[in-house]
Amino acid sequence: MTFSLAELMVCAASRSFDNDGEVLATGIGLLPRLAASLAMRTTNPDMMMTDSQSYMLSSPNPVSGMTSHEGQANENWMGFARIFDNVWSGARHALVGPSQVDRFGQTNIAALGGTYEAPKVQLLGVRGFPGNSISHANSFFVPKHSTRVFVEGECDVVCSIGYNPDRLPRGYSFDDIDIRRVITDLCIMDFNGPNKQMRVISLHPGVPLSEVQENTGFELAVADTVDETPAPTDEQLAIIAELDPLNFRAKQLKDNPPGVRNA
Amino acid sequence: MNKCVSAAEAVSAIESGMTIGIGGWGPRRKPMGLVRELLRSDVKDLTVVAYGGADVGLLCAAGKVKKVIFAFVSLDFMPLEPAFRKARESGAIEVREIDEGMMLLGLRAAAWGSPFIPTRIGLGTDVVTRNADLAVVDSPYDDKEWVAMPALNLDAALIHATRADERGVCEIESPDHYMDDWFARASKTTIVSADEIVPSEHFNDPDVARRVYWERNCTTKVVHMPGGAHPSSSDPLYGYDIKHYKEYGALIGEGGFDAWSSAFLGRSEADYQAAVGGVDAIHSLPLPVY
Repeated sequence: MTFSLAELMVCAASRSFDNDGEVLATGIGLLPRLAASLAMRTTNPDMMMTDSQSYMLSSPNPVSGMTSHEGQANENWMGFARIFDNVWSGARHALVGPSQVDRFGQTNIAALGGTYEAPKVQLLGVRGFPGNSISHANSFFVPKHSTRVFVEGECDVVCSIGYNPDRLPRGYSFDDIDIRRVITDLCIMDFNGPNKQMRVISLHPGVPLSEVQENTGFELAVADTVDETPAPTDEQLAIIAELDPLNFRAKQLKDNPPGVRNA
Repeated sequence: MNKCVSAAEAVSAIESGMTIGIGGWGPRRKPMGLVRELLRSDVKDLTVVAYGGADVGLLCAAGKVKKVIFAFVSLDFMPLEPAFRKARESGAIEVREIDEGMMLLGLRAAAWGSPFIPTRIGLGTDVVTRNADLAVVDSPYDDKEWVAMPALNLDAALIHATRADERGVCEIESPDHYMDDWFARASKTTIVSADEIVPSEHFNDPDVARRVYWERNCTTKVVHMPGGAHPSSSDPLYGYDIKHYKEYGALIGEGGFDAWSSAFLGRSEADYQAAVGGVDAIHSLPLPVY
């Protein structure tokens, strides 16, 4: 079966949750949410997810085509204040889409350029990134792998703690920080290079390693064995289609490229 | 005790230079009618604490704000709030940018009379480096450093509830009351706008009583404002008004606050509601689906 790059990325990202057990998985944005939902339906049925509003669900809601929250599979009320109780317990894994990621795994969603007092572009604000990053596991979803995202220096505003020795708080070690995976439109990376260096572990079909390095503003480590990111299975594609009946996933990446280049 | 007053009377308690908290979240259940009343007043130099949406955007655009204490200002479906973005990029406002959870801790500290609550949140990030007055302290119990999140003591809090009685018992029937209870508890004065005013017997039903998240002695004034959260949502009564938010974004972009206010603000909530199509139109806005 043919598949899109978005579907390949969703399947790759969903595997980040494989060994999490009973943790709250939060995918921010349509493709990350689809990835978390797919994980709950396949590799990690013990996972917990919310309706993105105020209830925990025993089965994920579709990401498109839903007209009402009535009748969804609620299992407990989970308002935002209570989300923080869970976040601070550490039992969460968030899959988020930062605007910038630097070589330390620090991220930015707050502002770009200019000065802090008058940024060139105001984005969202730090949101929950500082608390998330020091409390629980985080993975990053990057729809367009480029040097604009993977910046040469530090992020313009450091919203989340990373593996930066100069910013490490007193009494903390890198073991207190848990950045899992980075899924982009080119590859999958982790932070298991020397001294927590970002490391390529899998390339999407047809993507050369050189292209990944060229589009990254800092030097990457490379795993001893670099896999080819596996194609989605028919089962995965069927569940994705069920979770996204209106095919909103086709609108997330520019021109909705195929999962295998030149296919 | 009857706490019901007009919006103008309620908002007259707010003076220039005060620190105000605004309940709700982004485009959800914001006390927008009360904010509009503030826009009509001559109050200025406010410090605003909020999980911000167009409430923060409008107050900034109108030149009412000295400082914003925020984790985000966003309309969800429009991720970047247009007026806040303008204010920030022009350097017109001071900011204290903190994590969403830190704001909750700051409100709790204020509610509990604590000068601060220790937390690891913010360590290793620009929340600590950009907020020079945010103290990082030693712990008497371990060898780690901790952020001392200071109390966010509020002079006034503005909140929108689904229903209230005249004594200030407030029901939030929406799926989430967000941090509104903490805004009410952190503040000297709490002004609540409510879509409906109900007799006190309404609360006798235990299911309804469970939807009351703070006691009536935390509510100072009640303002009856059907549709008063517009253009934000007040589930289950009405959803947020995407069309109006888009129009607001376009007007702020083209002509700033004056363009929006001359088209919509009017001299009263009745003027405003007439300009946006009337209260029945507000009540027919579909509930959001996430």
